[in-house]
Amino acid sequence: MSTQEVRALSAPERRRRRGIITMGGLGLFALAVFAILPKEGQPVTYSFVLGDEWILIKEWIVNSKSAALGFAIASLLAVVLATLQFKAGKTVRLASAIFAVSFLMSFLSWAAAGKFIPFTGLLQGGLLLSVPLIFGAMAGVLSERSGVINIAIEGQLLAGAFVSGVLASLLHNNWLGLLFAPIAGALISLLLAVFAIKYGIDQVVLGFVLNVLVIGLTSFLYKKLLIPYQSEWNSAIAFNPINIPILSKIPVIGPILFSQSIIVYLMYVVVAFIHIALFKSKWGLRTRAVGEHPTAAESVGIDVNKIRFKNVLWAGAVAGLGGAFFTLGAVGSFSKEMTAGKGFIALAALIFGRWSPLGAVAAALIFGFADNLQGLLTITGTPIPSEFMLMAPYIATIIAVSGFVGRVRAPAADGIAYKRGGGSH
Amino acid sequence: MKKFLSKITLPALAFTMALFVSGILVAISDSKVLALKSSPLSMLAEAFSTAGSAYWALFRGSIFDPELAKANFIEGFYPLSETIVAASPLILTGLSVALAFKAGLFNIGAQGQFIAGAIGASFVGFHFELPIVIHSIAAIAAALVCAGLYGGFVGFLKARTGAHEVIVTIMLNYVAGYFLLWILSTSPFLRPGRQDPLAPEVRMSSRLPHLFGSELRANLGFFIALLAAVGIWWLLNRSTWGFKFRAVGANAAASKTAGISVGRSTTTVMFIAGALAGLGGAVQILGSEPALTAGVGGTFGFDAITVALLGRGTPLGTVFAALLFGALRAGGLTMQASTETPLDLILVIQALVVLFIAAPALIKAIFRLKNVDEGEALASKGWNG
Amino acid sequence: MSLELRGITKRFGALTANDSIDLKVESGEIHAILGENGAGKSTLMNIVYGLLSPDEGTISVDGKVIDIESPLDALAAGIGMVHQHFMLIPVFTVAENIVLGHEKVKGPGFLDLETARQEIKRVSAEFNFDVDPDALVEDLPVGIQQRVEIIRALIYDAKVLILDEPTAVLTPQETDELLRNMKKLRDQGTAIVFITHKLREVKIAADKITIIRRGAVVGTASPSASQEELASLMVGRPVSLDVKKAAPKLGQVMLKVENLNIHDHTGRTLVKNISFELRAGEVLAVAGVQGNGQSELAEAIVGLQEHIDGRITLDGEEIKVGRVRDALHAGIAFVPESREEDGLISSFSIEENLILDLHDLPPFAKGPVISQNAVAENASKRVVEFDIRAQSPKDAASSLSGGNKQKVVLARELSRPVKLVVASQPTRGLDVGSIEFVHERMIAERDSGRGVLLFSTELDEVIALADRIAVMYRGEFIAVVPADTSREELGLLMAGVKR
Repeated sequence: MSTQEVRALSAPERRRRRGIITMGGLGLFALAVFAILPKEGQPVTYSFVLGDEWILIKEWIVNSKSAALGFAIASLLAVVLATLQFKAGKTVRLASAIFAVSFLMSFLSWAAAGKFIPFTGLLQGGLLLSVPLIFGAMAGVLSERSGVINIAIEGQLLAGAFVSGVLASLLHNNWLGLLFAPIAGALISLLLAVFAIKYGIDQVVLGFVLNVLVIGLTSFLYKKLLIPYQSEWNSAIAFNPINIPILSKIPVIGPILFSQSIIVYLMYVVVAFIHIALFKSKWGLRTRAVGEHPTAAESVGIDVNKIRFKNVLWAGAVAGLGGAFFTLGAVGSFSKEMTAGKGFIALAALIFGRWSPLGAVAAALIFGFADNLQGLLTITGTPIPSEFMLMAPYIATIIAVSGFVGRVRAPAADGIAYKRGGGSH
Repeated sequence: MKKFLSKITLPALAFTMALFVSGILVAISDSKVLALKSSPLSMLAEAFSTAGSAYWALFRGSIFDPELAKANFIEGFYPLSETIVAASPLILTGLSVALAFKAGLFNIGAQGQFIAGAIGASFVGFHFELPIVIHSIAAIAAALVCAGLYGGFVGFLKARTGAHEVIVTIMLNYVAGYFLLWILSTSPFLRPGRQDPLAPEVRMSSRLPHLFGSELRANLGFFIALLAAVGIWWLLNRSTWGFKFRAVGANAAASKTAGISVGRSTTTVMFIAGALAGLGGAVQILGSEPALTAGVGGTFGFDAITVALLGRGTPLGTVFAALLFGALRAGGLTMQASTETPLDLILVIQALVVLFIAAPALIKAIFRLKNVDEGEALASKGWNG
Repeated sequence: MSLELRGITKRFGALTANDSIDLKVESGEIHAILGENGAGKSTLMNIVYGLLSPDEGTISVDGKVIDIESPLDALAAGIGMVHQHFMLIPVFTVAENIVLGHEKVKGPGFLDLETARQEIKRVSAEFNFDVDPDALVEDLPVGIQQRVEIIRALIYDAKVLILDEPTAVLTPQETDELLRNMKKLRDQGTAIVFITHKLREVKIAADKITIIRRGAVVGTASPSASQEELASLMVGRPVSLDVKKAAPKLGQVMLKVENLNIHDHTGRTLVKNISFELRAGEVLAVAGVQGNGQSELAEAIVGLQEHIDGRITLDGEEIKVGRVRDALHAGIAFVPESREEDGLISSFSIEENLILDLHDLPPFAKGPVISQNAVAENASKRVVEFDIRAQSPKDAASSLSGGNKQKVVLARELSRPVKLVVASQPTRGLDVGSIEFVHERMIAERDSGRGVLLFSTELDEVIALADRIAVMYRGEFIAVVPADTSREELGLLMAGVKR
């Protein structure tokens, strides 16, 4: 590198520069469209109180125009910071985060001119919408880090939702329903594992077919049994939220994070466990090894396909548990195709988060928040059609995989069946 | 003949297995069967009769209905006509996926491309006033362009940035779905005086002529689909373009080394694949469902993949597979109406067929077969491939 | 400790890769397994190491028959292996790679890397290996990666160490150092199995030599045997180790490369500021250890490298980035380094492979249609001309042996109007007969007035074919020297030492 100072920037640098230019463009856009273009400002009310938490600040009323202006300027300052960091050869992660928040707030101030925004509720709802995405993305991490593409997340979620809802209803016991959700997800995974690992079938095709199978099965049974015999088969009631003492009283954060149902708390545990285990444990080392270079793993005596098999099963279990959120975590009863493509957004979050657990969680939170914001704005009415808001996560994912955000790299052997002795490279 | 037999053995057995397993599902989820838990024999008999009557309805709804034939023999073939109607778009979307397969691409985006084509055909069909024939051609051309660009964009993105087509097409399916919802709420697409998402019907001048009289819905779309299949066969096996596509699909690195532009091939293939799926959308709108609705895409995209897989990625196989699934769809409606067996069973059958097809080893083990043509394996290339 | 193989047989379909092989290796000896490419050496060692299971035969350690079903069993029995293609995970650190499979844990299941770090430092110091336990493997040069593999075997206390073609990626001096270390290990009592096809190294290092040909043991030899004797045992007939060639008749300057730099997609520089000229009727051989930018330079000349600056001209016409087709039709024949990945489409028929680059030109294409007759006709001609041994030209290329695959590539590339031949490792992995064919063909091309740019990591090949030698080191032409330069000097240049 040292002899080549004069030549052009490297590809990642160019990409980062492209990212900064894009942010700059968006910041200017915010300045023009959200702050300068509107003829007159209207008051926006941000409310920060949801339940009985301690109150730090109750609400914040600002003029939409000045708030949009303030946040647009903040986002541009973040771009300046990013440029400085870039020049200094540092990462621009912090600046990008500041930019994202400022840009969103500028947008929100503009979109909600003259309206009431329950800020805490917005975030809480966003978290709730991202719960299945996070479970799904964790299922993706478990499976894909070991080298098996998991397109069947959607099916695993749906199976978990169906089984937990139906069993909770039949047995009049939510806990049993919750217990069987991961088992249902793991059963779908079992098919994925057997066909992908044992028979070496294309994992994308397979995952896809499994989704169709689960959609078909659950819809069939839904119409055949759940609708006609609803009181018996489909009358589960959702878990109640549990307030964690003291923590739930923290202003703003408390009601968002610590006044949730058991499934959300389980999610915290699952995420923390997967993140730590993947990078700090023997299991994690082996999982990453078989996902990157299975032949090398085999050569030190690791049974590649056994690890993959186990991981795929665990992935199904995690997604199945996430599926229970649709029924027991939210509305109680099951409805046809109730996962509505959330499994694919979870896949998008996984890719957006570059196959890392925390990255995927961050992406899922953004998607969930955007989804909730969209819902809120549809109700309050905004200048942007809600359909375009709904498209946002998908378009963001396309932008991400096109390399505008950064290089997205899957585990090297992800999706390639491993045959013993034959190698896969 | 022997070769032909060995080629269809596997799909035939896979289909039989799928029907068998789904039959069990129909039987055990039936309340009358479940009520007979105490006497296993009569339960078994009831199970057989339940599954049997569901499949009989499936047949009646897809091939030939003796009841209808009593009055007028030709009428008895009304279900077959419905099968053809259902199969026509499936052939086209199936070809879209199959062509991409041959070129090493997995087009999950037939759904979105179908929608793009349907929007284009619908708009030209209801908005303009043109003479017959020309109107149809114009509407079809609009569909080809809209969907071709929608598919070609994926290829272009892959060629330029390496974005994996599976991810991009999945995402674009959702984008197309929401776009359709939005456009149906805009004034050009709203029927005068109505607010629900239902576009005006396309004008008669743009519709495809019926093949067997006005009573039967089978229309020229079927021939368009067959023609497309022949065209794709020729393209792949006889033309220089097809040579390039197959070369890139089989080994992109070697193709590049031999001076074939991989990016151009990828973009072109995805454009053609998109156009094929879009043609499916046009055939649907101009042939049988003249009004664009939010549900126009149905499950065509999913079905396209199962069709292409069952058809082993060849044009001829795709035609047969599409006819089979078309029959299932047409028959499924009758089955749902007359035996209270939900239409969703068709999805289960389709998924099972593909699972069994995809794992020849499983079928061979079950039936203890030796000489079966397994077709080309669908070897996975992974996310980075 | 001793390792004994009895009657090891392994078949892949119709091919018998190992035919009833007997072998005994004692502690404190270096036992060379000599055989040409494709003789079955690697298969045998993969069986010993548990990566393949034999169809027949037994493996015993210290006289006791043991079952080796996976590498775990081999490691437990004290058998370690340094693989030809390193078994290291690029995105892991050295320490992570070394603990993999033998992880120690502390506390509630946390990975313990500290012990491994200490061990690595200890072994590294003992052998002067200079390996940093926390370096990422992908950042290390291949020579160091090989040391990581050796350290791994030593840490797991290998009593039998198998080295599979270990010198292929090393400079002559690094090779000598490796051979010294092998002797040091031997003197400490390790049994070493040294797999190679290089006669010189066998003579330097081996205590015993077993020769394998077509999957069977054909004899043993002592290290005092002459190279000619060993070669004829290995190949089964007398082999002339020299290539006959007359003095070159130099023509005009044909290929001109000026100030060429090549970067990879992360911006790393792979080729630095290279300028050279090649005349018609000349073989310029580019020598160097694998991974010093040769592959990229070769690809750049036909436009296959994306990120380049500088100028490449053929007879005054510039070769442009990405315009591979133009480069080929301007008169460059390109024999890529990897036949399987870049040279051929395995699932395509031989006749289709023979027209990969010409399929859309007459006579093969009439408008948009491919003429099946012209394709078949072409194939039957080429098969004869290049002696391609195939059942039918309609068979898939995957059915061919390595040598015949290379002949298909050569037949395709040399049957266009060609001015310049760019051949990258054209004999890698081939049997001696095919190597001879390729060598003769290269000289024939030169003598017919074409320019030949040959890239090879095999010093013997470079010396045998070159009219001039360029040595590449870390992306640079460290020197361009006459063909009669001594092996020692070339070796030093390959290691980056300029006189």
